Amino acid sequence: MTDFTLWDIARNLLLAGRWTLLLSAIAFAGGGFFGLVLLLIRIGTGKWLRRAVSLYVELFQSTPLLMQLFMVYFGLPRLGIDVSAWLAAAVCLTLYSSAFLTDIWRGAVEAIPRGQWDGSASLGLHYLAQLRLVILPQATRMAIPPTVGFLVQLVKSTALASIVGFHELTRTAQILTNATFQPFVIYGMVALIYFAICYPLTELSRRLERQLMTSAR
Amino acid sequence: MGYQLDFGALVQYLGLFFEGTAVTLGLTALASLIGTGLGIAGAAASRSRHIWVRRSMAFYVELIRNTPFIVQMFFIFFGLPSVGLRLSALQAAALAMIINLTAYEIEIIRAGLEAVPPGQNEAARSMGLHSLAVFGLIVLPQALANVYPALVGQITITMLESAVVSQIAVVDLTHVADLIQSRNFRSFETYLVITLAYLVLAVLLRRLLALAGRGLFAGRAP
Repeated sequence: MTDFTLWDIARNLLLAGRWTLLLSAIAFAGGGFFGLVLLLIRIGTGKWLRRAVSLYVELFQSTPLLMQLFMVYFGLPRLGIDVSAWLAAAVCLTLYSSAFLTDIWRGAVEAIPRGQWDGSASLGLHYLAQLRLVILPQATRMAIPPTVGFLVQLVKSTALASIVGFHELTRTAQILTNATFQPFVIYGMVALIYFAICYPLTELSRRLERQLMTSAR
Repeated sequence: MGYQLDFGALVQYLGLFFEGTAVTLGLTALASLIGTGLGIAGAAASRSRHIWVRRSMAFYVELIRNTPFIVQMFFIFFGLPSVGLRLSALQAAALAMIINLTAYEIEIIRAGLEAVPPGQNEAARSMGLHSLAVFGLIVLPQALANVYPALVGQITITMLESAVVSQIAVVDLTHVADLIQSRNFRSFETYLVITLAYLVLAVLLRRLLALAGRGLFAGRAP
């Protein structure tokens, strides 16, 4: 067995941190795209479609992410669909973040006063132009702070991908612990790395929120 | 595809299912009770006159809120024994849940305390109540009523996140799912049913706590 110095451990963890960042980025981009599509349905006119999106959001917000991950990773192969740990994690986290982002953005759109819809309609804008030119630009400003806040939750959630064997930060920590028997140091370092990723985002979200509050006055 | 769904293969594990549910709910109840108590104390401390008390509260809250629950739990279960604190899996899970929920509750309750108008404090003091009574009888009930929905949300999230304790072999609902599917090889059906069980638990928990809130904060809720 080779000896790991503290630096070896730190370097391996930092390298594994790239996978945590990549998985977060993929889930955020994919979730953002699907979230936007779902948002358009959710604020649209179809009653049953709206309900279906609400149900989708409720399903993902009221069940453990771990169970969602197990269903995809262990469950789907039983139905004849093979998925790798990488794919399962990416798909799950994408769906998971699409549900949360839709809900956050719906709140922002609904916070736009009714008069903005009426006013833009009276200017002769059709539905999509209303959204594009009047509603979404205003809603986006409001939606940005909680969206950045959700990013923190998403980065933390990627740690669960370790359970299905995806080699990101937490999984690498488990492997290193098995090789070096230094769990205290390793999990401490891992916590610090997550903190280094998440805390700036938390602070950014807080600052954007404060800016929004002062500019709204 | 020749795969036939068979939910009948699950029925014989009903006893195991209820045991797992009891562990999940028990851990959630324990964490909620202690977490709320500590959350109140922590929120009060984060408004302390002493800057180092405020700072250490902020440090604790930020540290916990910006790291994943599973890493906190692994640190407690695998890391702490090397400094002499050896906990059973169940103890480690409970401790991790308490530490995690407390941080969120401090933040929520602190926001609630800040939303109580200062006049309430001043009026109560002018009636001759000492400061502990002012806090406990006047300010705190209003603060909790302000943020009760957020507390309910956070407790529900804690229940859902507790699925992770299965990873240190606590026999909760998720661990029961693992056990069942390793015996009947029906992983899809098993995980589907257990996922739905969590959904039902989450909805019931939210309803129950909302009902309790209506009793607790009758006439106070904004």
